[in-house]
Amino acid sequence: MDLKEWFANRKNRKENKEVAKQPMPDEEYCALWTQCFQCREYLYTRDLRQNQLVCPKCHYHFRCGALDRIEYTADAGSFKEIDAEMQSSDPLNFIDTEAYPRRQEEASRKSGLKEAVITGVCTIGGNPCAIGCMDFGHFGGSMGSVVGEKVTRITEYAKQNHLPLIIVSSSGGARMQEGILSLMQLAKTSSALKDFSEAGGLYISLLSEPTFGGVTASFAMLGDVIIAEPGARIGFAGRRVIEQTIRQKLPSDFQTAEYLLKHGQVDMVVDRGQLKDRLASLIAFHARARTRSRAQAV
Amino acid sequence: MATGEKKPIPLEFEQPLAVLAQQIEALEVQLNDNPELEGDLERMQEQYRSLKRSLYTNLRPIDHLAIARHQQRPYTRDYLGHWDPNWIEMHGDRKGMDDAAMVCGLVQMDDLQVIVIGTQKGRAIKEKQQCNFGMPQPEGYRKALRLIKHAEKFGLPIVTLIDTPGAYPGLSAEEHNQAQAIAENLFELSAVTVPVVAAVTGEGGSGGALAIGVANRIIMLEHSVYSVISPEGCASILWRSNDKVSDACQAMKMTAREILNLGVIDEVVEEPLGGAHHDYAGAAANLKQALVKHLKELEDLGQKQGRDAIRRDRQNKFRLFGAHG
Repeated sequence: MDLKEWFANRKNRKENKEVAKQPMPDEEYCALWTQCFQCREYLYTRDLRQNQLVCPKCHYHFRCGALDRIEYTADAGSFKEIDAEMQSSDPLNFIDTEAYPRRQEEASRKSGLKEAVITGVCTIGGNPCAIGCMDFGHFGGSMGSVVGEKVTRITEYAKQNHLPLIIVSSSGGARMQEGILSLMQLAKTSSALKDFSEAGGLYISLLSEPTFGGVTASFAMLGDVIIAEPGARIGFAGRRVIEQTIRQKLPSDFQTAEYLLKHGQVDMVVDRGQLKDRLASLIAFHARARTRSRAQAV
Repeated sequence: MATGEKKPIPLEFEQPLAVLAQQIEALEVQLNDNPELEGDLERMQEQYRSLKRSLYTNLRPIDHLAIARHQQRPYTRDYLGHWDPNWIEMHGDRKGMDDAAMVCGLVQMDDLQVIVIGTQKGRAIKEKQQCNFGMPQPEGYRKALRLIKHAEKFGLPIVTLIDTPGAYPGLSAEEHNQAQAIAENLFELSAVTVPVVAAVTGEGGSGGALAIGVANRIIMLEHSVYSVISPEGCASILWRSNDKVSDACQAMKMTAREILNLGVIDEVVEEPLGGAHHDYAGAAANLKQALVKHLKELEDLGQKQGRDAIRRDRQNKFRLFGAHG
């Protein structure tokens, strides 16, 4: 919503006295203004979106959904989705406080997505590539059978079509509601990536806020190049679990992208504003070298 | 890079030159009031030039060592900045540390895409400490190994820049198996099928240098040194004295030209007069030209005889090293 709509709504409210007495509903307010988690500044949401969901004041990188990510990363209009219709089933008939299918519906209603990853092909700076973007907003970005299958399929697709592969991770880990089948997705995706790697494919893994558990322990950490977004929290076990287990206070920057860089776990931390250019130059660099060495082999 | 623009700090053996330069400067100031001094000035400038030439053509090994260790000597990051301002750095060994003493990056050299692996000494005190004064830890060598494998996978040629007193001698380094890290690099680097060219740009300190020095072609900058142990270490072990560093330098035959005569390296790359720290851009350009020339020759070899020929070329080179009666 932008300011014009907001004023229009306010005008409507004034004309209709019954409604005018009520305060502005939270949802409407939140759609207009977003408070920065870090510097507490109130940001006009439309400006924030134009700045690729990065706080213009303190540079805090907000969580970025799959569709936004594609918009910011891929060349305009170049993205074509693959396996768009794939949906989870309920193999365990899982019920906690609510049945798993109900939770799926709820997740889809909130996120507007069918699953926690969107895969497809696009160009980045003119370089064709296969891409998978996870969305934390859908079911905590958790990896069940469908996420595992879609990631595996896009990897196989990249291998068959000799495309570089980019996977943007953002996930709480494996999806408990699909039990052991979720766990097996770690092995399935990793094994597909091994094939892809042996075929000489370039895989760039982008870690975004937050990336944890089974996703980190499989495809997220297997990139030929691993990029992290500033301030993103990345790890295997969550901070609270570790603190409770070892009964120690952890450093404040523990498990942030910068902490990982210092500890040798990622290649680089790249601002969202520069991400597209960096991806394009990485793909171009390896592609040019590839053409050259292929000419050599012949 | 900023240091490169600064006036070079004179070394001990350069003192006569520095004194002369000061006198010339003083004379230049007076020139405005006394135009008749112009003849003197010209004479002194000529004297300066001839002294400079004779000084740098008759350097003792220990003078080369002093230039190689000069605090303003260009390091890996300086060269990379001159070669490709948009080079992309690759951090970390993926196993727990990012060693600042080892710098790895994706670099465009003329029309070649190259992986550069080099040691970094650090300039300011804080940076020196972060870089451990250019002494890599096992994690640094493992980062290098990761990039060596990356290069092999994507068919990228490797350039290594060596300027290190040696591998870091320390508690954690031993605990994390420094020796194994170096050995594994020798093991893996000997077998890659992409061209590898190593350049000693400053100090080539023993195993710590060789761990990124198993190359098809090894070149050295004019004033750089390469040896099995630091001259200080050698003097204290064999002469049992710290005053014998100059003798040790002489005895070990560690300067670029001496090593070229021993047949270990393939080329000595000229530095700007007085050393690379007098002209960063000039030194970077010379070095790049030599590196690219060797890389292209090796690429030709690969094109004619296949990539395996590049590996055999490297292994044969090292097979032949040694002297026996």
